[in-house]
Amino acid sequence: MAEPLVVLEGVNKHFGPLHVLKDIDLTVDRGEVVVVIGPSGSGKSTLCRTINRLESVDSGRITIDGKPLPEEGKELAQLRAQVGMVFQSFNLFAHKTVLQNVTLGPMKVLGKKKADAETRGRELLERVGIANQADKYPAQLSGGQQQRVAIARALAMDPKVMLFDEPTSALDPEMINEVLDVMTSLATGGMTMVVVTHEMGFARRAANRVVFMDEGSIVESSVPKQFFTSPSSDRAKDFLSKILTH
Amino acid sequence: MDAVLDNLDVFVEGFTTTLSLTLLAAAGALILGTLLAAMRVSPVPPLRWFATLYVQAVRNTPLTVVFFLVVFGLPEVGVIVSFYRFAVVALTIYTAAFVAEAVRSGINSVASGQAEASRSIGMTFSQTLRLVVLPQAFANIVPPLASIFIALLKNTSIAYAFGVFEATQAMNRLINDNGSDVIAIIAAAALAYLLLALLAAALFSRLERAVRPA
Repeated sequence: MAEPLVVLEGVNKHFGPLHVLKDIDLTVDRGEVVVVIGPSGSGKSTLCRTINRLESVDSGRITIDGKPLPEEGKELAQLRAQVGMVFQSFNLFAHKTVLQNVTLGPMKVLGKKKADAETRGRELLERVGIANQADKYPAQLSGGQQQRVAIARALAMDPKVMLFDEPTSALDPEMINEVLDVMTSLATGGMTMVVVTHEMGFARRAANRVVFMDEGSIVESSVPKQFFTSPSSDRAKDFLSKILTH
Repeated sequence: MDAVLDNLDVFVEGFTTTLSLTLLAAAGALILGTLLAAMRVSPVPPLRWFATLYVQAVRNTPLTVVFFLVVFGLPEVGVIVSFYRFAVVALTIYTAAFVAEAVRSGINSVASGQAEASRSIGMTFSQTLRLVVLPQAFANIVPPLASIFIALLKNTSIAYAFGVFEATQAMNRLINDNGSDVIAIIAAAALAYLLLALLAAALFSRLERAVRPA
């Protein structure tokens, strides 16, 4: 049975005079993979960032596993620990090694022992295919490798849901697949995911649902097959015709 | 020249005090300045206001006036200690304002994504600052910190006017006792300050290389 994990109700957000999120309603069920697509400036990244409150909202309600997002403070930190986030620009801790990047959260936030955190960290690095780079610094890795470390870092917290904010947009084309492969295997493994991306192949392959946004609103929300073959809105038809002709 | 060589022990005593004033005040200013910078970027408005007020008030007051405030002000509230300790306090208060601004610029130099990533794995504001932002900030501000601490080394000479027997006081005593060798005595003191400052600069430039990111 569908069990809602992330719920947004009537969410509005402004950047100054710009209304970037307009009455957003979105429910992500446990185990569901939702891919958010749309043109630049449509608000999809902002939507993603409101879910762990990196962006606050002006009105509306966001709950994760039934709990409303608290105000900034210890409680919010605890909630963020359960929500993994992967950024477009990786944001690995530049002064820490790969292994330290993956163990910092478990040790400082979850209070795990160093040895336990490192065992688990190495397992996760193995899983994303970079176990042999554990002692390097982020700057010594390629973009694709860095992003896979970032995914391992988020997974190390055993999150209930993973948010991906354009995880492949800063990558060289030949490195995109190594990241998408990791994401696909996560999706297949039952992880709840919200993925903002321009990778239509990934959306077709891994998404349970595609959400199309334009100008701050959710225009369309449907299963990938239906969305890509017969989108119901003109805006989505127009968008797809522009990106799929190449 | 003889006046210098015959009185090396006086110089050594003076410069030892200069050096200890510098090191104590540097340590104090580093701690206080870092705290002030942390307050400056904290999410709590009153802390931000206090730190801003502190920096603006102290940075824009002459060091000699800060010394007067400490030496005459603290006894008013019951704190009576040696002139040496008053000097450490005054130098710490003054230098902390400059350290705070250097640390703040270091914090601003760390990409905002670093703090976002840290908050995203559930770290609190203070954990984010201590474990992620400040270590990177400090690596970026070694050169301005070197300038601040070299200025501090020279600023310790103000303590001379408040009864502390440091290098400038030592120089002054030797001048009074050896009227014929004034230029040699001043030159020797200036040279010793210069050597200490160059030594500090050399240490900081090694530090800069050591903390340079891989």
